Amino acid sequence: MESILKIALVQMAPSLGLPEKNLAKHLDWLATPEASEADLVVFPELSLTGYLLQDLVAEVARPVREEGYLAPLLEASRQRDIVVGMVEESPEFLFHNSAVYLSGGHVHHVHRKVYLPTYGMFDEGRYFAAGRHFKAFDTRFGRLGVLICEDAWHLSSSYLLALQGAHTLLVMSGSPGRGLATDRVEATSVQTWERVGQTLSQFLTLHWAYVNRVGYEDGLAFAGGSYVADPFGELLLDGAENREAIYRADLPLASLRRARTQTPLLRDEKPELVLRHLRDHLRER
Amino acid sequence: MSRTCPPNLNPTIALAMIDRFLQEELGKTGLKGVVLGLSGGVDSALACALAVHALGADRVLAVKMPYKTSSPASEADADAVIAQLGVRSERVDITPMVDAYFDHGGDAPALRRGNFMARVRMAVLFDRSAREGYLVLGTSNKTELLLGYGTWYGDMASSLNPIGDLYKGQVRQLSRHMGLPASVIEKAPSADLWPDQTDEGEMGLTYAEADAILCLLVDERYTVEEVAAAGHPLSLVERVLGMVEGSQYKRRLPIIAKLSQRTVGIDFRYPRDWGR
Repeated sequence: MESILKIALVQMAPSLGLPEKNLAKHLDWLATPEASEADLVVFPELSLTGYLLQDLVAEVARPVREEGYLAPLLEASRQRDIVVGMVEESPEFLFHNSAVYLSGGHVHHVHRKVYLPTYGMFDEGRYFAAGRHFKAFDTRFGRLGVLICEDAWHLSSSYLLALQGAHTLLVMSGSPGRGLATDRVEATSVQTWERVGQTLSQFLTLHWAYVNRVGYEDGLAFAGGSYVADPFGELLLDGAENREAIYRADLPLASLRRARTQTPLLRDEKPELVLRHLRDHLRER
Repeated sequence: MSRTCPPNLNPTIALAMIDRFLQEELGKTGLKGVVLGLSGGVDSALACALAVHALGADRVLAVKMPYKTSSPASEADADAVIAQLGVRSERVDITPMVDAYFDHGGDAPALRRGNFMARVRMAVLFDRSAREGYLVLGTSNKTELLLGYGTWYGDMASSLNPIGDLYKGQVRQLSRHMGLPASVIEKAPSADLWPDQTDEGEMGLTYAEADAILCLLVDERYTVEEVAAAGHPLSLVERVLGMVEGSQYKRRLPIIAKLSQRTVGIDFRYPRDWGR
């Protein structure tokens, strides 16, 4: 296994509802020096379609297949692993907000967003089918897990992936900036995301790589602010700028070992206790 | 940590977000610039300053559209803003257009005349936008939009609005940050549709009260009773909520009688930035 995960986070602005144009943008990003140096390149939520799709969901949906639409990205994944966001059309003709992990010319893993926010400015439950699993998966960098935006706001998601042995969570986001009462150089929502990631990475002693998109859709300002938190809850990378950018970070597995030696929270975790309480809770509800 | 409502803006962040909003949303349309009506008031002055900041003075056209009863002081303030920003400007006297209509329309009360003037100004702006290949920039703030204190398809009509999520107090705050003339920022707000009209006089509440009550009701989702408990007279809170409810139609496209499988505005839902 590689001792360092060389990651690149692509803080891009997809074009809304134009999968072919976005595919070309992905290939451009993958040709940058930063992406060429990386072993794993992570794109944001719905990077191939844009976010505020509404009825366009059905029109931009593509099946996850190894021929056709994804072929150029699969070809690029022979050089380094790639995670992209897209609207996945299932064999049952359901539409999922999915993250697709490509490696060595193959589709290696698909995560379908489980928690679809349907409140305030969000309306995903109207347009998407929900995923039903959080599954860690093996790579040559060890076990990874993927979360899509709102997934990360449910404590159980990162907990379940950590229990399955994921030591790095890739968090792909399409989060609009809001809240301007702040002393810092970014919108309040960016600070909130950093707080969430730093807290969870410290609780679960893992790496947390967050990539958020930028650009505007119907007045929503996607806020960027991609970052990496290390297993001590410290920021390894803080890409606070709200503009298109690609960020590189090296995630050393040695820091996982140090964090888990210092604070063996995962060792002492008691999932059977959690399960017992959950069973009781569900029975009594 | 105590919170004020509406919050004090971090003007640097607000300005950066509005800059990119104007650059990107205008860029997606392929049009070259923006046109707006400049009244001499703080809202249109700020919208103009933001457009100049984001796009450059040569891509902004400010149009003064006085009526014969408009206050000369307002036009002087508009001229001060134009001079300070170095923006291209035009003056279109709407008196002949308005009088040509009402000369044949009998006596009309001030509100009808005022609404008509607002719609004539809208028509002028959209015509100028077509001539220039520009978009019409909106200048309604969040307080006015929520209270419905504006003319439907008049000053409320626009393609892009950079200040529509800023309460009146925040508009003043950002205007000070932009260095706009103090006379423009500090004077009593007025629609200037008839002599000595002021917004606060006509609405019967101050902008400070309106901002505070609206922020608690809308942004913080307080109930009417909770807003009153936070120190506002219950009757005033109820009146503000009534103004918001009563003007909801102005914030929506016309509703359509649904007959078919898919209907515009109901279940035919696409973003405006569709394919851009």
